[in-house]
Amino acid sequence: MRPSPASTALMAMLTVFGGLTAATAARSQPDAAQWSPPKTPWGDPDLQGIYNYGTSTPLERPLALIDQPVLSAEEATALEQNLVETLNQDRRDGGAEADVARNYNELWTDASRTQLTADKRTSLIIDPPDGRLPPRVERPLTAAEEQARLEAELSLKRFTAGFHASYRDADVGNRCIIRRRNEGGGHPYLPALYNNMAQIFQSPGYVVIYAEMIHHARIIPVDGRAHLPDNVETWLGNPVGRWDGDTLVVETTNFLTADDIGRTGVVYGNADPKTFRIIERFTRTGPATLDYVVTLSDPNTWTRPFTIRVPWNQTDEQIYEYQCQELNYDLYFWLHGAREREQRGERFDPDADLDLR
Amino acid sequence: MATRLGAIKRRLVFQVASILIGTGLLAPQWLPAQTPPAAQNPIPGTFPAYEPARTAESRPDLNGIWQALTTANWDIEAHAAAPGPVAEVLGAWAAQPAGLSIVEGGAIPYQPWALARRQENFATRTSVSVPGDGVDPPLGDPELKCWMPGVPRSMYMPFPLQIVQTPDAILITHEFNGTARIVRMNWEEESPVDDTFFMGWSRGHWDADTLVIDVTGLNSRNWLDRAGNFYSASVHIVERLTLVSPYHLMYEATIEDPAVYTRPWKIRFPLYRRMEEHVQLMEFKCQPFVEELLYGQFTKADTD
Repeated sequence: MRPSPASTALMAMLTVFGGLTAATAARSQPDAAQWSPPKTPWGDPDLQGIYNYGTSTPLERPLALIDQPVLSAEEATALEQNLVETLNQDRRDGGAEADVARNYNELWTDASRTQLTADKRTSLIIDPPDGRLPPRVERPLTAAEEQARLEAELSLKRFTAGFHASYRDADVGNRCIIRRRNEGGGHPYLPALYNNMAQIFQSPGYVVIYAEMIHHARIIPVDGRAHLPDNVETWLGNPVGRWDGDTLVVETTNFLTADDIGRTGVVYGNADPKTFRIIERFTRTGPATLDYVVTLSDPNTWTRPFTIRVPWNQTDEQIYEYQCQELNYDLYFWLHGAREREQRGERFDPDADLDLR
Repeated sequence: MATRLGAIKRRLVFQVASILIGTGLLAPQWLPAQTPPAAQNPIPGTFPAYEPARTAESRPDLNGIWQALTTANWDIEAHAAAPGPVAEVLGAWAAQPAGLSIVEGGAIPYQPWALARRQENFATRTSVSVPGDGVDPPLGDPELKCWMPGVPRSMYMPFPLQIVQTPDAILITHEFNGTARIVRMNWEEESPVDDTFFMGWSRGHWDADTLVIDVTGLNSRNWLDRAGNFYSASVHIVERLTLVSPYHLMYEATIEDPAVYTRPWKIRFPLYRRMEEHVQLMEFKCQPFVEELLYGQFTKADTD
C-alpha cells in the first residue's frame, strides 16, 4: 500500500515539536499596520495573485506545547532547520522501510512545508484557545450507522491490504473525484505535502479561486445572489460570497448528502454534510500576503465550532495543468493487481494486523 | 389536465399563426397597420461593425458565461442525425443531432493514413481503455471517459464556459468536468513540455480588438469530437475571439499539424452569451459517472 504522505510528514513534525524545550511565547502578532489593500477597477478589494498556503505549522498544537501558542524566534529557527533535515525526502538513512515511506521525493514535495507561519504559531487552529480540535460528539450509533462504520472499516482494510473489491474501496481523492477535504483539498484550504497552490482571479461580480490540484475553478459570486436550491447537491459545494469591508466572506452549502460518498466523506472531518457549516474569510494583509480564516461547525460532529487560520503567501511559481483521472494508473494497478492475486490463490484476510490510517 | 392541454393547444395555434404571419403566408388582417419592414437582418453568421464594451484597460470585455450552439461535439464536419450507440436502451436520449460543418470548406484536410485512423477512432469510440493497461494510443472517446476535453473541443462542448478576464491572465473555465485553462497574456516562455497538456499552453495577446490565443504543448490523446477527429502532439492552434455584439463572441481557430493534415485549416462558430437570470456554471463532475464503465470490469465477483 501507499503510505499516507501527509500523515508521515505530520508525525515527523510532531516528533520534532515534542523535542523542543518550552519557552516563553513571543506574542508578536503580524504587523497589519495601516496597509490598505488595492481595489479592482470596479471597486472590490483586489485579492488577485498566485498563492501558496503551505506551512509546517501543524493543524493542532502539540500537547507538549499546549501552553505555548507561539514560539520564540530562536525556537522557530531551530525547528525550521530541523525540519529541513528531518523532512528531507531524499535522505537514504533509516533502511528500506523509511526509504519507501519517502517515495514522494523533494522535487515532488512543497518546500513551504519546512517553514512555520510568519507569526510562529504552534497550531493553525486559533480557536478553541488550546489550539486543538474540539472533541467529537459522542452518541450511540444507530444500527444503520454502525453497519456503515463496519463496512467503511472493512473497505479501508481491503484498500490497505491491496485487495480492493472494487474502485469504491479507493477514496474520493484516489478516484480523482475531489481532493480529500482533510488533506488540503480546498475549503478548508489546509497545507498538504504537495500542491498548496491557488490563483485568485476577479471580474465584476465574481471571485474565482483556481486550485491547481484536480483543476478546480471555484467560482464565488459576490453579486448578492442566493444559494442553489437545497436539492441541488454537489461534491464541492455552492459558494456564495460577500464583502465585509476589505474581507471576502464565503459561505458554502449544498454538499452531497448521499450515504455512499466514500470513507473520507465530502466535507471536512467526515462531518454530516446536512448540518456542516463552513465560513471562510479572505483578507489581504500586505502586498504579498493574504489571511485565510475559516470557521467550521457541525453540531452532529464536534462539540463546538472551531477556527483555523492559514497564511497565504504570493509566489513566483505558476499554476500548471493537473491531470488526474487522465493519468490515474493507481486504479488499474490496484484493481488489476487484486484480481491477479486472487487468481494466484491469495485471499483477503479481514483479521490481518494492518497499519490503518 | 384538460385545461392545461387546452392552454398548450392555444399556444401552439398562436405560434403557428405567428410563424405564418412572419413568413407572410397569413395576412395579418387583424393586426394594426403593417409596420414597414425593418432594415434587412444581416446575413446569418455576420454582424455589422460593433464597438464592444471595454474593461478598465480599454480591452474588449469578454467576461461572462458563454456557450456554443453547434452540434460540433458530435462531429465537427457535416453529419446527419443518427441513433446513439445503445439506442435499444436510451432511445432518442442519446441520439446524435444533425449539424453542418464548422470547418471552413467543409472537410478536414487529412493525410490518407490519418483519415483511416479517424474511422478507426469512430469504430472504437465506446471501447474504452484505461490508464495503465498499456493500450497506446488509448481507446475510446476521451469525453466518454470524463477526461479534460482539450482545445478547441472544450469551446464547443454542449456545456457553458465562463471567461474571467484580467490584464495579465484570462481564465477560461468550463462546466464539463470543471476543466479550466489559464491564458497567460503577452507571455514569452514557450511550453515547458511537449505532448503533455489536454488544455494546452495558452498564451494570449490582443490584435486590435481580437483576443488571439496561441496554443502549444497539446497531447496526442485529445479528440476533436465523438466522430474520432483528432490531431497529434505536433499540433499548433491559434484561436481568435472577437466580440461581434453584446451577446455574441465569434470564435475562430486555425489548426496546423503537418503530421496529420495536408494544410492548416480553420473552424468558426459564435459563442452565445447565456442570459438567464443568475445563470452560473453548475457542477458536472463526471468521474463518478464513468467509474463503472471504466473499472466495473475489475470488480471482484461476489462468489469467493
